[in-house]
Amino acid sequence: MTTDTLTLARHQLLTPAGLGEDDLHRALSCLFGHAIDSGDLYFQQRRAESWSLEDQQVKTASHAIQQGVGVRAISGEKTGFAYSDELMMPALLEAATAARAIAQQGGEGRLQVWRASQRPALYEPLDPLDTLTAEAKVELLEKLDAEARQQDPRVTQVMVSLAAAQDTILIAGSDGTLAGDVRPLVRVNVSVIVEQNGRREQGGSGGGGRVGYGWFLDEERALGYAREAVRLALVNLEAVPAPAGTLPVVLGPGWPGILLHEAIGHGLEGDFNRKGTSAFTGRIGERVASPLCTVVDDGTLAHRRGSLNIDDEGTPTQCTTLIERGVLKGYLQDKLNARLMKTALTGNGRRESYAHLPLPRMTNTYMMPGEHDPAEVIASVERGLYAVNFGGGQVDITSGKFVFSASEAYLIENGRVTRPVKGATLIGNGPDVLTKVSMVGNDLKLDAGVGTCGKDGQSVPVGVGQPTLKVEALTVGGTQA
Amino acid sequence: METTQSIALLPAREHLENLVSDILAEAHAQGATASEAAVSFGSALSVTVRLGEVETLEHHRQRGLGVTVYFGQRRGSASTADWRATAIRDTVQSACAIARHTAADPCAGLADPDRLARDIPDLDLYHPWPLAAEDAIALARECEAAALALDPRIRNSEGGSIATHTGLVLYGNSHGFCGGYPTTHHSLSCSVIAQDNGEMQRNHWHTAARDRDELETPVAVGQKAGQRALRRLGSRRLSTRQVPVLFAPELARGLIGHFIGAIRGGALYRKASFLLDRLGTPVFPKFMTIYERPHWPKALGSAPFDNEGVATANRDVVADGILQGYVLDSYSARRLGMETTGNAGGTHNLIVEPGPLGHEELLRQLNTGLWVTELMGHGVHLVTGDYSRGASGFWVEKGQIQYPVHEITIAGNLNEMFRDIAAAGNDVDVRGGIRCGSLLVEKMTVAGE
Repeated sequence: MTTDTLTLARHQLLTPAGLGEDDLHRALSCLFGHAIDSGDLYFQQRRAESWSLEDQQVKTASHAIQQGVGVRAISGEKTGFAYSDELMMPALLEAATAARAIAQQGGEGRLQVWRASQRPALYEPLDPLDTLTAEAKVELLEKLDAEARQQDPRVTQVMVSLAAAQDTILIAGSDGTLAGDVRPLVRVNVSVIVEQNGRREQGGSGGGGRVGYGWFLDEERALGYAREAVRLALVNLEAVPAPAGTLPVVLGPGWPGILLHEAIGHGLEGDFNRKGTSAFTGRIGERVASPLCTVVDDGTLAHRRGSLNIDDEGTPTQCTTLIERGVLKGYLQDKLNARLMKTALTGNGRRESYAHLPLPRMTNTYMMPGEHDPAEVIASVERGLYAVNFGGGQVDITSGKFVFSASEAYLIENGRVTRPVKGATLIGNGPDVLTKVSMVGNDLKLDAGVGTCGKDGQSVPVGVGQPTLKVEALTVGGTQA
Repeated sequence: METTQSIALLPAREHLENLVSDILAEAHAQGATASEAAVSFGSALSVTVRLGEVETLEHHRQRGLGVTVYFGQRRGSASTADWRATAIRDTVQSACAIARHTAADPCAGLADPDRLARDIPDLDLYHPWPLAAEDAIALARECEAAALALDPRIRNSEGGSIATHTGLVLYGNSHGFCGGYPTTHHSLSCSVIAQDNGEMQRNHWHTAARDRDELETPVAVGQKAGQRALRRLGSRRLSTRQVPVLFAPELARGLIGHFIGAIRGGALYRKASFLLDRLGTPVFPKFMTIYERPHWPKALGSAPFDNEGVATANRDVVADGILQGYVLDSYSARRLGMETTGNAGGTHNLIVEPGPLGHEELLRQLNTGLWVTELMGHGVHLVTGDYSRGASGFWVEKGQIQYPVHEITIAGNLNEMFRDIAAAGNDVDVRGGIRCGSLLVEKMTVAGE
């Protein structure tokens, strides 16, 4: 329950600094007396660690603690922001004084009474760093190394990393928001290099979520990453140059949902649409995808990497429909943009840390399943590309052009998957790529929990997912013209 | 509006030196046989003005403290933002706890004492700009206004921004080294949107320098951003073809960055590079020379010593196309049985020697092909050299720009792309640690319609 996490957050962040709710009130009051519409304080403590293995040994590891408070003041479309890494009253007041400088003196803003909201928790408020002993962490890394090496003699290098973080946050807003959250996050990554006749290829795999380290031991989950990394690298050893040109592309389920994140998701973030800089601006109610496509952003999936009990402004997360049967339904909002656009909050106000301003960001973005058997989707393609794994992507939200880079792909010839091809970047146009979706599989899958999204220099963990789907025409950036 | 100064005073250097020695002393007290520590302080003011109005005014002030301890050949690291004595003790303790569990690594350890910088030259990297918030706002506004005034088709904007940053980093280790110096970094940028016939195209420009007097003027930055957005209007696609490609200087810098990534020690000892075992062999054509000049006064990439205290020095990385050296820190050097090149943390002013031709002449040499001005995505694989990225730019025929193009990819292999560079321009981009003019690559695959 949120009240529990609020109590935990208060205990972790405020008590050691000798701060009480009266002090939060005083700091927020300091913002007013100026023409400030609203303001908030964001307290955060992050404990993080990472362990890494190479040459079959765990040779390095690090531990980090970061804490501070960000103070934001908003006046119309203006935002003033300052932060301090000292959780002390004088530092808080100093930051508030700096943040309010955007507004003229003489405002009449008022503080609302604290209002704490409750909802069932999506993850335990645990400290993942303590969920395994140091010996067990080292042992897990060594086990993954051994598992990767025993897959195939062509494996020459194995690098494994294990990372965990616990974020404890507390948000106090002039609108009466008082909310806390304790967010665990763990991740394992396996990267291998294989070599055959002088040719080297890399393969990588991993996963994670808002759980303890024990999750990696369940069902040999982490061992699966090691096997998958080797499998991918070996596939790439056989890969021939990718085709160049526009052709039908079948995207596999799960992580290829990065398509939705780049092509659709960013363009629907509230800030770009308020400013009119997105290719999707003013298009609510219009058809932007084939009727087979329903796309949501859902921050409420239990234990997922992209999920949050509350966003970084204290708004409970939700499942927001972005596209329903091809029609554009909604944007992703934080408080500032929802207010200026006069729309409801969607729980998408996120920030990398107390030292960054909140922005509308995605959580877990995925497409609902359709009716086709994945095998039927592939069988329908005469000549095309079957892309099942991807690296990163990027979008120019104004022109709508987006890219995402395949790391495992195959040719489809006469309805059959044939040879693997080298990784290639795929490029398309966000507002029309989903209009070219002609088949949607019944195999919705979410990614393994590895996504990180960057915007304005801020990184946040996200998730994506989709069923197998067929895009009638996408440009594939191979070398075989 | 209240007046606020951007520059929170830097803490006294002595205070940071004491912190470093406290950390090293604590590590020794906790049983470490060697240790190294870095303490940093940074403060910044940044302002964005959009459509003439202030959008954000941000005050940044950040502290950091990091320590690595060694117990023989075992090591552990920890960091915190807290400078109090209790935090130092806890942080050292965390690092020591890790070092109890890591494996002994014969290559681990501090830089060799004889490589540590003795004389630390003043490289003139500190030029604070006591910029009041109102003045910052005025400059950002002037910058954006210049773009908006350029053409009625520029009606929307992501804003004009200005940022001024001051920092001080001190590094010390148990060999007795302790060094640090203050630096400044100022920048001004603008991003605007040109609209015509339902098409929207965004573009930007920025200027960055250690001394505000070396920044381009707000009007110049705004006008460039505006011109760059305007010239993208009317973008078309290309059909799939193989053509020569001219990389604009800001993108050519990225190609050189991939080269550096592939000759970095970590990539080499892991055999995760397409440039393995290429020392002494041609990687670039004969006319190309690439050197490092770490001590250039005021330059953005300058540093008197690297992240482990090793003295930096001038050197050739590529001479007449031939690879002369790698980019190594002490650890990766020991792994490779070599000597550190003073590149813990990266290169320091890497210069691609300019050729004789400017932009117009390079377009003529390109003759018929693609001039790339923007790249998207991460399709660069340093293990294989495979390269495939989204691109936009201009189609050029007989040296004349024909029309803007977008929604295409360019692909090749870095090995061949480097070998097939036909010219390096004199239109050098000086806004970063890599300085490079345009690069003309003889043949790449363009994928499009």
